[in-house]
Parts: sequence; structure tokens; C-alpha cells
Amino acid sequence: MTDQTAYNFAYLDEQTKRMIRRAILKGVAIPGYQVPFASREMPMPYGWGTGGVQVTAACLVPEDRLKVIDQGADDTTNAVSIRRFFQRTAGVEVTEATADATVIQTRHRIPETPLTEGQILVYQVPIPEPLRFLEPRETETRKMHELEDYGLMHVKLYEDISRHGQIATAYDYPVKVEGRYVMDPSPIPKFDNPKLGGNAAIQLFGAGREQRIYALPPYTQAISLDFDDYPFAASKADHSCDLCAAPDSYLDEVITDDQGSRMFVCSDTDFCASRRAAGHIGPMGAPRAGADVE
Amino acid sequence: MYVAVKGGEKAIDAAHAWLAEERRGDTSVSELSVAQIRQQLTLAVNRVMAEGSLYDPDLAALAIKQARGDLIEAIFLIRAYRTTLPRLGASTPVETAQMAVCRRISATFKDLPGGQILGPTFDYTHRLLDFKLAAEGEVPAAPTAPASLDAVPHVTAMLNRDGLIQTEAQGNATPPDLTREPMELPTTRPLRLQAITRGDEGFILSMAYSTQRGYGRTHAFVGELRIGTVAVEMDIPELGFSVEIGEVELTECETVNQFKGSKTEPPQFTRGYGLVFGQTERKAIAMSLVDRALRWKELGEDNTGAPAQDEEFVLMHADNIQATGFLEHIKLPHYVDFQAELELVRKLRREALAQAEAAE
Repeated sequence: MTDQTAYNFAYLDEQTKRMIRRAILKGVAIPGYQVPFASREMPMPYGWGTGGVQVTAACLVPEDRLKVIDQGADDTTNAVSIRRFFQRTAGVEVTEATADATVIQTRHRIPETPLTEGQILVYQVPIPEPLRFLEPRETETRKMHELEDYGLMHVKLYEDISRHGQIATAYDYPVKVEGRYVMDPSPIPKFDNPKLGGNAAIQLFGAGREQRIYALPPYTQAISLDFDDYPFAASKADHSCDLCAAPDSYLDEVITDDQGSRMFVCSDTDFCASRRAAGHIGPMGAPRAGADVE
Repeated sequence: MYVAVKGGEKAIDAAHAWLAEERRGDTSVSELSVAQIRQQLTLAVNRVMAEGSLYDPDLAALAIKQARGDLIEAIFLIRAYRTTLPRLGASTPVETAQMAVCRRISATFKDLPGGQILGPTFDYTHRLLDFKLAAEGEVPAAPTAPASLDAVPHVTAMLNRDGLIQTEAQGNATPPDLTREPMELPTTRPLRLQAITRGDEGFILSMAYSTQRGYGRTHAFVGELRIGTVAVEMDIPELGFSVEIGEVELTECETVNQFKGSKTEPPQFTRGYGLVFGQTERKAIAMSLVDRALRWKELGEDNTGAPAQDEEFVLMHADNIQATGFLEHIKLPHYVDFQAELELVRKLRREALAQAEAAE
């Protein structure tokens, strides 16, 4: 990476991008279906978002405005690193404002601000197979998807209820897409699940190490698995944001001393900062100085 | 007043600068050159080339220097570089029977055409620390003999003449390319061999060792182990014939395995095959054992449920770049997931405690 001109726009060569785009198109055509693709070694490790990075690289055009978040935040180290990678290799404009971005690469969150038509949300996916922890063999799980055999998953959810009185999955909560494929939404908290279905943006999922791409085209139905008598419920910490007072955003818990004191703050840093800029102040918040919104 | 932690960018820059300084170490000690690594840490260079799947000793040495001697990190650097290289074409298959051997041993025959050549091996060294190496000092020149011009035929080819060993099917099919197509299971043997030869040496070693200890036992003899250089030739369409474009050093191991016959095959010896870049004989031997264990289906053997017989298990976990990436990624932030778990555990505890109280 010493000489950035030695690399193609957005790092990958055009042939590789074409291969990835084909996989994306197939994914869009069959929502929720995991399309195998010949994932490349990227200059960051597997597990750091190589799948998402490849999907983003295949989607980017020079006019794009890119936003990268990790845990909802623009300033987490890995988000900084990936954003920098594309600044360096693609020279695209970057932004922290959800509404201004044309492509958003994310790890573990869907932004609070509703997405709009024309935006692309790219998820980094560690394990694309929702059935993997029920059946470790790929040969078996592919067969189960082919046969639409999701009994095992329902048994698992049922066992959760019989043991814990509720479905004990807090993140990475599986959804059924358009009544066909059960899909892993990547490890987003189940709080974010309702935003998967009917979303105006294109949602693309890239799993580099596992060599899979899948997609939710705009306004696709994605229903979180549940039972009639135990309906799905999105959940979050029972607080408001201590900085911006938002009552309805997903919160991170921050330990503030070793005496058990803690505070709750929006995990979506752009959402929180914009609210504070608009004058919403939580109990521990202060109007933000303009400088650190950069 | 709480101010959210910022400055990831600065932290990253500072970490990189510190890393570069640590890599260099004490500047009063002279810097290691890439040429020194290439010449004097050859076996590390070989491992990086083999698992990086790129035959370039200079780049491998550079990667080792940059990685501070962390070989998996060096392999990763090579892989990430390799994937950006254009594919100009494919060589014709290398002829290992024509190898200019520097080492060639057979554990199955005391003597054989081409002879036993011990070569530069650790095998019969006594593992005593050589304190002389701690001081500066030149090594006396090793005795030499003129290279033999005799052909060095494969041991398994000799066995095959008597029909004692299973014949490998010949074929001209283009082998699949693991780095250009996603792995599909079940795989074929060429793809398995490809995955194993670039797989982690430690993992392949342990898998092979497990077969020796009875988990998918195949009782292997090293029919032959040879190390040397082979010519790499490429067909040039404009010329209509192939020309030599260079040489690579390879280690090849063929095992001869006991086989009492199965429902489909008569009693005969069977083979395991290992071929690895550079002088990497531990890996090549291990590879041939794992290859043999994975052939149970083709030979009509029983699947005993041993890990080394399980193609999906072996192939999906052999790549150290995938493994180390996924393993180490758990140190990345997981606040959001953890928060969701925290809420869930609190809720479950509340309910459990309420139930316990109600029961009292």
C-alpha cells in the first residue's frame, strides 16, 4: 500500500469486481439466498470486514459518498481504518451523516436515521449461515435451505422458550425473507431487526472468509422468526440517551467509574451528534463543540 | 461531564509508528537485511512461500522482516499481495521425476536407482545448542562430490510396475483454482491437495499425527521424499512449444500405505501425496498422510468418523489466514452485541430471581 497508484480504483481489479457484482445481482434476484463467491484475500484480516469491503469496492463509483460505521459509530478504530482504506484506494468523498451517504458500510448496526431509496447499506458478516450453530456442516445446511427445511431452527427457538420463558437470542436474530429463505442478518442487535424488512435502501451482506454474498432488495419482506404466542419483540436498554435524551435509539452502556456508575449513550454517533446539534440535551450531555463532529 | 472517546485515527497512526520502531528494535544493533533473511532463514522463507502460495523468496523474506518474524503475519502479507497479481497463464505440469535432487530418501527400500541422498537435513544432528554460532564465525566448506547424472525415478513408479500399488488415474483436466472459485463441497482431490499445500503447517501436522495415533489410521511408509529444483515450463502460443521460464524448489513426498483391500479394491498398496514449495519436508510428509486419510471414500474404506477423514472439517479449518483473522477479530469492538446480551441476561436473571422468591 505504499504506492496507491499501483492499485485499481477501490483496490480490486475490474475482473474481480465483475465477479462480485454478478454475485450481488444474483443475491438481489433471490433475496436471502447465500450466493457463493470467490472471495479474495484483502489487505485487512478476515473478520475485519473483508466481505463488506469487497462488496463496497464492487459497488463504489467515483461520485459516491461513503460512510463507514462499526457498532453504530463512525469513530471506532476499524471504521476509521476501512474508511481510510477507501479514501486511499478510491478517493471517494466520505461522510458521517447517514442521510448524505450513498453507500454505508456497517458492522453490527443499522443506522437510526431511516435510509432512503438509492442508498446502499453494506453489512460485514462473520457467519452468513443462520443454521450454522445448529448444524456445523455446510453440505447439510445448504440442503436444508434447498428443501426449506427450517424445523431445526423452530425447535431451537421453542427450546429457548421452554427453558428461559422467551427466545434467548439478543443479536444475530434470524429472519425469514419473502416467505422463503431464513437469513442471518449479521450480528445486529434484534432491536434493529424491524428495519430489515420494507427498507427503502438496498441491503447487501458480504461474508469474506465464508465466501458468501446475499441481499435484501428495497422493500423486501423480512420477518423475525417467532411464534404466535411468543411474538418477536425488539429490545434495548430501558433508558434514554444520557447525551441527547433520545428515548428510542439503541444504547451502549458506558462504565464511568469502578463504583458501578454507568451511563447510556446512543450507539449511533451521527444520530446522537445531530440531535445534540439540534438542541436535544440529555442529563449528562452538553452542546457539542463543532470541532469534534468532524 | 462525559465526552465520548474520539481519536481512533490518531491512535491508529501512533500504533503504526510504534510498531515500526519496535520492529527495528535497538538501533545500536545492525539492521537485518532482506538478503540475510533469504539466505539464513531459508526454512522460514520456504514456509511463507508455501502457505502464501507465491514462489518468491525475496518477497517472502521481505514479508518476514516486515512481520517481525511472525510467519503467519508474513504469509498474510504475501497472500494479500498475491491476490492483486494478474494471471498471465499457467505452466505445464512440473516433472518431479526430472527433479535435480539435493535430498532423496526412501524408507521402504535400502537402496534403489538414483540412490539415497541425505542432503542438508537436521535428521541426524544432535539437538545440542551450538554456542559457537553465538559468536561470529565462518563455517568450514562442506565436502562435495560430482552430481550424479543417473535418473532418479519415483519409487512408486517402480512399485507400480508390479501392480503392487494402486495406479493413479491420468488426466489432462485443468485443475480447479481455489483462489478463483469458492470452495464447493464435496470437493475433488486436486482441490483438496491445493488447500492442504497452502494450509497451516501446524494444523496439517496435527491432522497427520492424529491418523498415526489411530484416528483414521492408514499406516504410512515414506516411499520417497525428494527435495530439489524443477524446471517450470510454459506453453507460448506464438511459438507453438513450451519454454523454460524458471526453476522452483519443491519438496515431494509419496507415502506407501498398507491396504488390505475393500469391497471395491483388491489388496494393494495405496498412496498419499504431498507437494510443497521449498524445503518443507515436515509439511510435505504431513500433507501426504492427510491426503491419504481423505481418500477413504474413493478407496471404499470405512469412515471411522476420524477428523482427518472429514473433508469439510480439514479443508474449512486448514487455512491459517482465515483462522487467525476470525480468531483475532473477537478483539474488535462488540459493544452492541454485548449490550444486547447484557440486557437479556439481566432480564433472565430478574425472572429467575422472581420465580425463586415466589417459590419461597
